Amino acid sequence: MQTNWVVLIIAFSYLALLFVIAAWGDRRAEQGRSLVNSPTIYALSIAVYCTAWTFYGSVGRAATTGLSFLLIYLGPTLAMLCGWLVLRKMVRIARSQRITSIADFISARYGKSSGLGMLVALIAVVAIMPYIALQLKAITVSYGVLTEYPNLSPPDLSLSDFWNDKAFWVALVLAVFIILFGTRHLDASERHEGMVTAIAFESLVKLFAFIAVGVFTCFVLYPSPATLLSQAGALLPEMERHFGLDQIPGGPLGWFGTLVLAALAFITLPRQFQVLVVENVNEQHLRRACWLFPLYLLLINLFVIPIALAGLLGLPGTGEPDSFVLTLPLAAGLEALPLLVFIGGLSAATSMMIVETIALSTMVSNQLVMPLLLRWRRLHLEESHDLSGWLLGIRRIAIIAILILGYLYHALIGEAYSLVTIGLVSFAAAAQFAPALLLGLYWRGASRNGAAAGLVAGILVWAWTLLIPGFALSGWMQTDFIERGPMGLEWLKPYALFGLEGWDIYTHALFWSMLANLGLLIGVSLFSRQSHMEQTQAALFTNALKPEAEMAAIWQGHASRYELFRLVQRYLGKAATQRLLGPAPTGDQIDSAATPAMLAAAEQGLTGALGSATARILINSVVRGEALDMASILSILDTTSQTLEYNRRLEQKSDELARIGTELKGANDRLRELDRLKDEFLAMVSHELRTPLTSIRAFAEILNDSEDMAPEQRQHFLTIIVRESERLSRLIEEILDMARLESGRMTLSPQRCDLSQLGHQAVEAVTQLFEQRQVQLDVELPDTPCPVIADPDRLQQVLINLLDNASKFADPETPQVLLRLQQHKHKFSVSVEDNGPGIDEAEREKVFEKFHQIEHQQQGQQVAAQRPKGTGLGLPISRGIINQLGGRLWVAEPEVLGGACLRLSLPQALEEDQEVSS
Amino acid sequence: MPEVLVVDDEPNILLSLEFLMQQAGYKVVTAPDAEQAAVLIAGHCPDLVLLDISLPGMSGFDLLEQLRQQPDTQKLPVIMLTAHGREVEKEKGLALGANDYITKPFSTRDLVSRVDALLNTPT
Amino acid sequence: MKAPLQSRLVALSLLALALFSPPLLLLFDRPAAWGFSSLPVSIYLIWALVILLAALTLERPDAD
Repeated sequence: MQTNWVVLIIAFSYLALLFVIAAWGDRRAEQGRSLVNSPTIYALSIAVYCTAWTFYGSVGRAATTGLSFLLIYLGPTLAMLCGWLVLRKMVRIARSQRITSIADFISARYGKSSGLGMLVALIAVVAIMPYIALQLKAITVSYGVLTEYPNLSPPDLSLSDFWNDKAFWVALVLAVFIILFGTRHLDASERHEGMVTAIAFESLVKLFAFIAVGVFTCFVLYPSPATLLSQAGALLPEMERHFGLDQIPGGPLGWFGTLVLAALAFITLPRQFQVLVVENVNEQHLRRACWLFPLYLLLINLFVIPIALAGLLGLPGTGEPDSFVLTLPLAAGLEALPLLVFIGGLSAATSMMIVETIALSTMVSNQLVMPLLLRWRRLHLEESHDLSGWLLGIRRIAIIAILILGYLYHALIGEAYSLVTIGLVSFAAAAQFAPALLLGLYWRGASRNGAAAGLVAGILVWAWTLLIPGFALSGWMQTDFIERGPMGLEWLKPYALFGLEGWDIYTHALFWSMLANLGLLIGVSLFSRQSHMEQTQAALFTNALKPEAEMAAIWQGHASRYELFRLVQRYLGKAATQRLLGPAPTGDQIDSAATPAMLAAAEQGLTGALGSATARILINSVVRGEALDMASILSILDTTSQTLEYNRRLEQKSDELARIGTELKGANDRLRELDRLKDEFLAMVSHELRTPLTSIRAFAEILNDSEDMAPEQRQHFLTIIVRESERLSRLIEEILDMARLESGRMTLSPQRCDLSQLGHQAVEAVTQLFEQRQVQLDVELPDTPCPVIADPDRLQQVLINLLDNASKFADPETPQVLLRLQQHKHKFSVSVEDNGPGIDEAEREKVFEKFHQIEHQQQGQQVAAQRPKGTGLGLPISRGIINQLGGRLWVAEPEVLGGACLRLSLPQALEEDQEVSS
Repeated sequence: MPEVLVVDDEPNILLSLEFLMQQAGYKVVTAPDAEQAAVLIAGHCPDLVLLDISLPGMSGFDLLEQLRQQPDTQKLPVIMLTAHGREVEKEKGLALGANDYITKPFSTRDLVSRVDALLNTPT
Repeated sequence: MKAPLQSRLVALSLLALALFSPPLLLLFDRPAAWGFSSLPVSIYLIWALVILLAALTLERPDAD
């Protein structure tokens, strides 16, 4: 036995620890290193399913009704096995629709009906309140047992001294905790990472505590499980009947009924929906949770039967079966283990209260209060820009109200029910959400009216068959209606509706409520029309997992043929539209309705281009032709912007393609041009080669054929042959030079040389030629050395070529040519100028084209025709050589003589180059 | 004695053609370009023209076209000479009404026999 | 087939439902050596087996 203070300090320290853990979880989430982003944490948070009811009540149930306690865990095991199919769909929907609670989910599924949301929220609050009270009761009872043992007087539950009731203070602390970690901020997803972390931690604590008791029972209290079992078999009365199906209330049918009830409630309890769906951060986490959570259930139930048996064997020292977990170690005189058990029970109770209160308060604020406030014009809320403050305030008030109501419930009528009873009544109420929720996931036809009718009928049947008789049995009202039916109507007896007797009350209630619920949901849905919004949402929900699903069946609505055409044409273009839908409508066809086949074809076409979601929404837009709500518009915008992004990328790509196409075309044109130029070049080369060859051959043949020729004439002809041969060789040499330059195989041997000296040498070489042509040559060369790095032979060739050209183009009357060498900073430039007609601005680059001269002449310049012919390769070759030497050759402005001026510049050779070359 | 007009801008070729024609027994006039040739044709009325295609200024083709348009030179025999060995040019020349087409470098005997053939003079 | 995983899970769920439901459970509901029904032991074993199968199915690296 512990003193009050030790227990209190430990209990509140544990709660303080929860604060720390939750704060840590929130901090980590803010830092982006989320703790809850783990499938194991997710699975552990789902274990909020195991409340104080599990922790204390399972043993109690095992002791009184045998295996029926297991059904509460086998049901969720079954539900989790389909979790990957069903829960994943819910998770995905909740994410895309930003669902905050089960009320929100059901309301969203049925066309965002606020009425339905209110209904669900109301049912949830009414049904779950006792469940919260149950947790408080468990805390009070366990505290009482722990501190009063072995005096097992029932705890005093009355309002008169609530400040002495520890449960009241626990509720208060929890209210603070929930307000801190459940309403810190409003994010769209309504996730509470800190809270989830704390819940996962609590799941570990309760599992550890329970297994500790189990191990103590099986291996300390009794030397082995086998000993315990054989003792129980020998000592306990009627043991042969224990743990069989007969012991289950309602027998095999009751077994099955409770199994289904637990499976449904596991999904539809607000707190389970909260942790399973709303708090899920990654749907892949379901993969592990689907087997890890059942494993958790298995582990926490492993020792239930041994503890129950040991408790029964230990009577009367172990007191009530619901307290066996605590009284067993207490009876053995242990100190620490009972405390651990108390903490385990506390964690089970608080985790449930925390999550349930958050889920309920969210529902109350979002589904009940806010819609009403928004309708209440006098508050002018619709004009307010920031409602989050309101929302948080309402939620905080709701939290406190829910916990206080729970406490009142616990204080006023908590004594009447055993733990298990309250739990199953809540289960049966929560299960009423299942038809609307699950059928809505798979049957598109389920309508809002059907869901509402089903829910109302189901909950009324539930109230009549479970809740009201429960109240009556608690002594709050007369119980004769249970025995004889209200006003003597036997067929309305709550535990034997329509004379259905012999079933356990839960299976009975589940059967009738589900019959009414499902029957009305299906029946009303079949005979009521869905609004357009409902149809949209139904389609979005039922197809959440199969985005590529064939949707032809949905388009039963009315759509104008013209609008459909316009829509498809806008996205696919005219040709594709006509291929899909046939010829465009004309005349009175414009107003006629599109056939379902046309709609299906249009959707298929759009799906191919834009993806199914967008296509569906687009078709929707013409089929319905009415305004969509904000969320739908947002989702359209979402997909549209994705499509736009996609289109933008496509456009980029096609721009790129077009650009590449242009480039390719350009490259092709260049290639063609090069090909043409090559052909031209070959033609010119051939022409140039043929010309001297023609003279040579002609004169050679003449000489060969005419023996009686005058010797002078023979000599003349021979001279011509020799000169033309020389011309031919020079030409061939130049063509080869040109080819070498162009292919980059021209080998120069650059060395340090004196440009001035090369100039003198070039002048010497051409002096005779100039004298022949009577061209006056002026030379301005500096006396100082002008060092450049060049191939002297080639450079001289260039200079001679320039001088030769100048002499050809100088003024025919008084031909003049000027050779000038100048230094500009670190460059030397050589200019060769003549007094001829000069070169037009436009022609200045063309003179460096191969065989330019020929075209030049063909264009009819009489003057040039008189000139001695060059090959047309001299300037291109000169430029190639100078370029390769690192200089430039260009046509410059004439400075002195006013004719053509060709100038080359070469960089000055640096001093150190001397050593390099020497 | 038939008169032959030789048109070529290359002096050595012109010289060789002049010699060949004289040796073959024709009277020869020469022109270095098409314009002078046109003047000579109008003045001398030659019996045959040896016409180079690549001429400075007006080309051999231009001159041929001009000759074929005038009634008195419409039938004047013209042999095109060219250093371009391209088929297209040959076809173009023949289409424009050239009587024959000789590619440079040519065989002197072949040239003379073609001229003889056109002037109907047995060799 | 879209996903063998889904088919396997459906099959496993049906198997578990059948195993956890009365007609089959009645087979195990007979007194054992220690004096009462062997049903609890059978259920725990079936439970563990179902969890093992689920874990093997879901944690397969090649699952969809």
